[in-house]
Amino acid sequence: MTTQATLPRPAAKPLARLRDPAWYQEYGVYAAVAVVLLFNALFTEHFMTADNLRTQLVQVAPIVIVALGMALVIGTEGIDLSVGSTMALAAALLPLYLGYGLVPALLIALLAGAVVGAINGTLVSLVGLQPIVATLALFVGGRGLALVMADGQLKQIVNPDILALGTGSFLGIPTVVLIAGVLALAVAFLVQRTTFGRQIVAIGGNRSASALSGLPVKRVLIGVYILCGVMAALAGILATARLTASDPSSLGTLMELSAITAVVVGGTPLNGGSIRVLGTVAGALLMQLLRATLVKHDLPDSTAQIAQAAIIIAAVYVARERRSR
Amino acid sequence: MAPTPATPQRPETPGAGAAAVADPVLEARSVSKRFPGVVALDDVSFDLRAGEVHALVGENGAGKSTLIKVLTGVYRSDEGEVRVSGEPVRFARPFEAQQAGISTIYQEVNLVPLMSVARNIFLGREPKNRFGLIDFARMNRETTELLDGFGVRVDPKRPLHTLGIGTQQMVALARAVSVRAQVVIMDEPTSSLEPREVETLFRVIENLRGQGIAVLYVSHRMDELYRICDRVTVLRDGRHIHTGELAPLERMQLVSMMLGRDMAEVRRDGLTGFAAEGHDAARTPVLTATGLDRRHQLHDISVELYAGEVLGLGGLLGSGRSETAKALTGALPLDGGEITVDGKRLGRPTPAAAIRAGISMLPEDRKAEGIVPGLSVRENIVLAAMPRLSRGGIVSRAQQDRVVDIFMKRLRIKASSPEQKVGELSGGNQQKVLLARWLCLEPKVLLLDEPTRGIDVGAKAEVQSLIDELAREGLAVLLISSDIEELIEGADRIVVLRGGAVAGELAGDEVDESRLLEVLADHTPGAVPADHTPDTVLADHTPDSGGKAPAAQEDPR
Repeated sequence: MTTQATLPRPAAKPLARLRDPAWYQEYGVYAAVAVVLLFNALFTEHFMTADNLRTQLVQVAPIVIVALGMALVIGTEGIDLSVGSTMALAAALLPLYLGYGLVPALLIALLAGAVVGAINGTLVSLVGLQPIVATLALFVGGRGLALVMADGQLKQIVNPDILALGTGSFLGIPTVVLIAGVLALAVAFLVQRTTFGRQIVAIGGNRSASALSGLPVKRVLIGVYILCGVMAALAGILATARLTASDPSSLGTLMELSAITAVVVGGTPLNGGSIRVLGTVAGALLMQLLRATLVKHDLPDSTAQIAQAAIIIAAVYVARERRSR
Repeated sequence: MAPTPATPQRPETPGAGAAAVADPVLEARSVSKRFPGVVALDDVSFDLRAGEVHALVGENGAGKSTLIKVLTGVYRSDEGEVRVSGEPVRFARPFEAQQAGISTIYQEVNLVPLMSVARNIFLGREPKNRFGLIDFARMNRETTELLDGFGVRVDPKRPLHTLGIGTQQMVALARAVSVRAQVVIMDEPTSSLEPREVETLFRVIENLRGQGIAVLYVSHRMDELYRICDRVTVLRDGRHIHTGELAPLERMQLVSMMLGRDMAEVRRDGLTGFAAEGHDAARTPVLTATGLDRRHQLHDISVELYAGEVLGLGGLLGSGRSETAKALTGALPLDGGEITVDGKRLGRPTPAAAIRAGISMLPEDRKAEGIVPGLSVRENIVLAAMPRLSRGGIVSRAQQDRVVDIFMKRLRIKASSPEQKVGELSGGNQQKVLLARWLCLEPKVLLLDEPTRGIDVGAKAEVQSLIDELAREGLAVLLISSDIEELIEGADRIVVLRGGAVAGELAGDEVDESRLLEVLADHTPGAVPADHTPDTVLADHTPDSGGKAPAAQEDPR
């Protein structure tokens, strides 16, 4: 899903299109997912089975959710490093308030995400800090706070409703996957069709032009960071539910990097002004499938990391080609 | 040089006659360049001789920029060749063109804002001391000497971004000239200079001509071309139309070649797109601003704007024209003053509040403050009007399309479709998109800051006649322009600013060039702040620096 509506591209020969770098930024990530799937269909046993694919989707769902929020932030030419800590914070709060029932506990955890986002957004838009510095503060502080609240301990979760979030399914589709899918559609709609979404893109494309056009720049920025925080908190809840334990010390570590990777590989430029929602989902999926493929072929995790690095570089390279026209 | 009646302002340099016969220093032979869907250059040939100032003219989209980029190695031509001193060359990178002695000054300043003036001038060729480290003392000394020659006195250690845009342009020029160049290409070098700086520039160009350096001069300003250029090359729609001596060529003839329009038509329409007669202004003002004040920038500025008139805001660079316009739209925080629209006072002016009250402003810097390059023509047009064109926070495509269609037709915006990215359009069309953005808000007051800067002759005339039309329809228009011709022909009344304060007002028959220049020249700098004793309370703690481009330190961002 691109923010630019489809340009009437001349119907060139398919081979000529493959030489156009713009094509790769537009469709490269989908092609790569297809290639990985095709490879596995041919060469990996037990890969294209319903069970395995379901596992892959369940594993990628929290990353997708975080990456969706991240895509919005990156669309404003920002970045949010605090998403992993926000997940931990949500995870730490969850068992503390489960005594009041499921809904209050969930709301408190999501609220924590909103508060983190509001702080980030305020630092970025009102105080005028650079996003990377502003969110670095809560990247460090958020996890610290989570550990303090949880006494630094791992807590088992036995509430059946919460656990159902992690393991349940609806019409054969795992609940987490369903939630991620619905959110992806919602964010796509937000970006494409709402004034708020279009304002996000405009602000990312040219902040001062947007301000002079009377756009509520500060409000939109705060809103974007709040959305990102809430989605990170939700991902934290879902990950905790799957884990059947609240583990604030390790939950969501390096999540910010996975999310940023998904967004960038999905074709959203880091300098803002464009948000590719479907691309982001595909980007997360690609990284997940790639890792799974390598693991199934008994290659060590280090190899998977190198492969991921190569993909990131390719994605950034393609984006660069596009910009320099 | 042929014995043509030379323009009286320009003394014939003795070196130029001999140099003109020599081999061309830079030559393009049958150069073609295509982009997807566009032929930017079609079999263009062109030569530049040592010691001449050669004008390159054409509307936007004529291929001037592309030709320059081919000559300087930014683009490679698809066909044809570039020759330097008769030798075919193929520049892979702009750096190689620089090595070959081709130096370029781009329209937008291409320097490093955070580095010092001296570092910018010597970037990439810093003088080294015997330890192989940068010799800062020498670098700063040579920078001061170099800039002195341009009549610019600044501390070479100052970061570039703290200087005014005009001074930055002079630094860019100094840099371009100081590398040992055979050819200097100037793309609209005067667009951000004030008249005094333009004079300095012309002196420098004369100097270059005397040294046998070839200058390729791109400008939309006819006066400048006729003053300093020897020959002219006209491009239109990517094709070469004409090359020849400039002096014998009549102005009208040149314009008609650029536009591809009939001479009679051009003559009938005049050089600017404004109609000869003025407008009937209303009796009560739409917009009243009283006592606008901002430390170091604006001093007690009061303006009244009537429906159906074009009020010109005159003044030199740094006189506070753009700041006044920005203050009126709430984009520049004020220390004092009051803005009233239709009798209603603007509480705390913000851009959103000003827009709601019916004030629209076309900003000066199209790229930085106007267009959102990655968005489509449609989205750029509806940017400010988006809340009005949506229901419950959801964008209505149908309503957008209707508005966009009306304005694309009315302003004759040339784009392949409303979905084309604005960044791909020519400057003139970008400007029209921005005008559409503001007009679709149906404003009462339209503030135009340099609406025709850097756009081609055709679009310029269209924009000017549009301004005329809008005022006729009852809009109150504030026009800021450095183009004196445009200001005088366009405005019914002119308020002249100087040093951030009102220096005078011209109305009716007084609106002519000599009167305007008189008012501009009337006050000496520094005299103005002294007149304003009420302000001294505010300015008490920090001594007023004289008011030339003091904005940089003020703004926290």
